[in-house]
Amino acid sequence: MSALAPPFVAAEGTGVVGEAITYLNDPLSWTGPGGILELGREHLALTAAAVLVAAVVALPVGAWLGHGRRGGGVTVWLTNASRAVPTLGIILLLATAGLFGDGATVVAAALFAVPVLLVNTYEGVRGADPSARDAAVGLGMPGRQVLTRVELPLATALVAAGVRTAVVQVSATVPLAALAGGGGLGQIIALGMGTQRYGQVLAGGILVAALALVLDGVFAVVQRLVTPAPLRAAARR
Amino acid sequence: MVTAAATAADNPWFSWSYVTENADVLWARTTEHALLTIEAVAIAALVAIPLGLLASRVRWLAGPLLGTASILYTVPSLALFAILAPIMGIGRQPVLLGLVLYALLVILRNTVTGLDGVDPAAVDAARGVGHGPLQVLARVRLPNALPSIVAGLRLATVTTVALVTVGVVVGYGGLGQLMFQGFRNNFYRAEIMTATIACVLLALVLDLLLWAAGRALTPWLRGRSA
Repeated sequence: MSALAPPFVAAEGTGVVGEAITYLNDPLSWTGPGGILELGREHLALTAAAVLVAAVVALPVGAWLGHGRRGGGVTVWLTNASRAVPTLGIILLLATAGLFGDGATVVAAALFAVPVLLVNTYEGVRGADPSARDAAVGLGMPGRQVLTRVELPLATALVAAGVRTAVVQVSATVPLAALAGGGGLGQIIALGMGTQRYGQVLAGGILVAALALVLDGVFAVVQRLVTPAPLRAAARR
Repeated sequence: MVTAAATAADNPWFSWSYVTENADVLWARTTEHALLTIEAVAIAALVAIPLGLLASRVRWLAGPLLGTASILYTVPSLALFAILAPIMGIGRQPVLLGLVLYALLVILRNTVTGLDGVDPAAVDAARGVGHGPLQVLARVRLPNALPSIVAGLRLATVTTVALVTVGVVVGYGGLGQLMFQGFRNNFYRAEIMTATIACVLLALVLDLLLWAAGRALTPWLRGRSA
């Protein structure tokens, strides 16, 4: 749809801004099937699912690597390499592999959330104060307890920062999947482009942007709440 | 050459014949992609590096400047293009502006970090031998901050190459056009895969070029570990 869109024709009169305001003010845009509220809920559910899937993979691996202080080079390389991979290409390739809709959205978004969570967990656990670790070992704690009772609590700040980045990033990836038939608020943009209702495209853009900013703000608060007070200075890095 | 061949039975993930038969289109899209990336990063650098200099001088400006840039960075690329395109018109312009706004944060942050990290003793020494503020900036502070600035430019470039593809949603996505076209064209995998690989390679090449330029500009750092 969008790739073949004809040259843009400036809407007359009130223009696209007016159309966007009209669209956002119309109660019918919000309620009902395919409305903003339903798509927003879907967007949040997909975001939560993708972050959970990524966390299930990345947190244990990151904690294990950080505890053993190995694989640092690999995690950093993975993070850097993942920046160069175009998300859109991966989403479309997954779609051609038969992975469509919500499943593909979650997998693609989770793939790109793994490096962020992995590197933050790794750095958090590895960077735990060596004297605290030594004290725990001196008390006779086995390695697993050192990890769960000393290193992981000390890593909370960085892990929470990673979760916040991952949530915002995933909520930004989910609308891309709408181009390949996925759900969420991106559908408003994709549909608007397809039908050349540019006011709706603008409204969709505003909604997706607002959601990302709100999520960032909410998780900034969460990050602060879960970080023990003495570690808050470290979290600001 | 594309349509009939791309059935489920005969739809390879990669095919050299696609690459050779469509070499000119691939090259045209890659050039378009590269030029858009370079232009966006160059404009972002021209804005962000002076702002970084200003922020390192006028301390209270650093917070608001970095805050604004990180809000822009938080807005999803698709949303940014969707907001800019209806206002600026479909095509290259909204994509370019969106990419510039994205690249600002990384370059600005690295410029400020780099300038903050300059050894105060070196600045004092330069003042001691009679350098004025501009000379201190040109001969001591900027050269010392250069590795951090180059790191910012590299990160911004790699990120921008990947982001250009999202521009397909407003009709100008460089290699992203081929990805989307392949998707709509009976899921022509070879086309999507080739464009994706080309995109990664382009990021790699531009990153290497910037790394080499940074190395050439900081001969005094050679021999130390990068």
